[in-house]
Amino acid sequence: MKTHEVNATLDRMAMEILEANNGRPVVLIGIQRRGVPMARRIAGQMAEKAHREPQIGTLDINLYRDDLTRVASQPVVQKTEVPPNIDDRDVVLVDDVLYTGRTVRAALDALCDFGRMRTIQLAVMIDRGHRELPIEANFIGKKITTKDNEVVEVKLTEIDGEDAIYVMEKI
Amino acid sequence: MLKRKDLLGTQELSRDEVLEILDTAESFQEVSTRPIKKVPTLRGKTVINLFFEASTRTRTSFEIAGKRLSADVVNISASTSSVSKGETLIDTARTLDAMAADCVVIRHSASGAPHTLAKLTKAAIVNGGDGAHEHPTQALLDAFTIRQRKGRLNDLKVAIIGDVAHSRVARSNVHLLTKFGTHVWLCSAPTLMPAGIEKIVCDHGEFLHVTSSMDEAVEQADVVMMLRVQFERMSESFFPSIREYFRYYGLTRERAERAKSDVIIMHPGPMNRGVEIATDVADGPFSVILDQVSAGVAVRMAVLFLLLGG
Repeated sequence: MKTHEVNATLDRMAMEILEANNGRPVVLIGIQRRGVPMARRIAGQMAEKAHREPQIGTLDINLYRDDLTRVASQPVVQKTEVPPNIDDRDVVLVDDVLYTGRTVRAALDALCDFGRMRTIQLAVMIDRGHRELPIEANFIGKKITTKDNEVVEVKLTEIDGEDAIYVMEKI
Repeated sequence: MLKRKDLLGTQELSRDEVLEILDTAESFQEVSTRPIKKVPTLRGKTVINLFFEASTRTRTSFEIAGKRLSADVVNISASTSSVSKGETLIDTARTLDAMAADCVVIRHSASGAPHTLAKLTKAAIVNGGDGAHEHPTQALLDAFTIRQRKGRLNDLKVAIIGDVAHSRVARSNVHLLTKFGTHVWLCSAPTLMPAGIEKIVCDHGEFLHVTSSMDEAVEQADVVMMLRVQFERMSESFFPSIREYFRYYGLTRERAERAKSDVIIMHPGPMNRGVEIATDVADGPFSVILDQVSAGVAVRMAVLFLLLGG
């Protein structure tokens, strides 16, 4: 996928989110790191279509991981900024790749510490299968079939200087 | 993740390690603003606060930091432990290790006590202040506060004024700040300057300065850090009277005005109002003393996380 495809995909997802929520205002929460610019772009598209800017937030799930003691090195804990009073709101979690589902599990735990939302929905750019937990996305940019030894990388201009999606074999 | 078992001092920390701790602490600040101030990160880990000296802020702040990360925190103070029955420090530490503690935060009046324990225990040892040697988490929270207010750690003038001789805070701050190329001015009455200060100055090259003139230290300073006069560590008299001490080395508003107009006034606490700092300065607009306390929780969360989280 290249820039225009990435944008078209995010555009379609923005539309789907609006339709599914029947005009109710939603809060978009991007999971660090690539979920964050993704959420911003979707929010921009939604604002254009509905003439209302959805609230956005960011979430770092490192503190909620179930494999903290197993990973050799981990990235520095990034900022979490969840809008206040998200009790009873409709929240859409945004992330780049849905794989085992463990990141989303951690994100759900993290969100629950901020209150009781009306709904929590999930939007991902790529669903690559291989789930280890019973978790599915509500909004999917693209579903792809992958092997377990492959790596899927979503690149976004804000972080990587380009919009692209790569499927590579693990070395 | 820190590639070390213990945190014993700022002298041994690299710049990258300091920055990793400060960056992580910045992310942890948010946890303390939540309605539910807790994350599950260190669930099932045991942190023991082993304090042989009095402490309010350090002990409480380590306890709160541990609890906000969901660790189990146990406090032991010397007066209520078997130490009062004659148990040695080493036996106490081995006992705690046998109970599978993951981290022991120790404060002790003997310099080097944490270093001795670090060699014996499986548990991570965090120095919560050893004698007049080091107090690394205090220096880290000071650096955190300075960076937050000034936007940088390099190219500043930091005046550290007061009882330098007995101050582990001064020592840890000197080691940390000079690593980043900040000019540190140590200022105290000649009787309260540590023996061998000339050698310490030599070791830190161009970045460490020593003076007994408070006006010279404060002049155009970006940061003024006042130190408590540690009467409990003084077996003899180091100055004629408190009134005279305040006249020469107390921070008054007139003296503070010699510093830069955006100076920040710091104090590691506890303060002796009217001895090293005037009340109107301590409570004034330039004081960041309570910000330091809040930063302490975030920095200690970061330290516990980086030592125990991996």
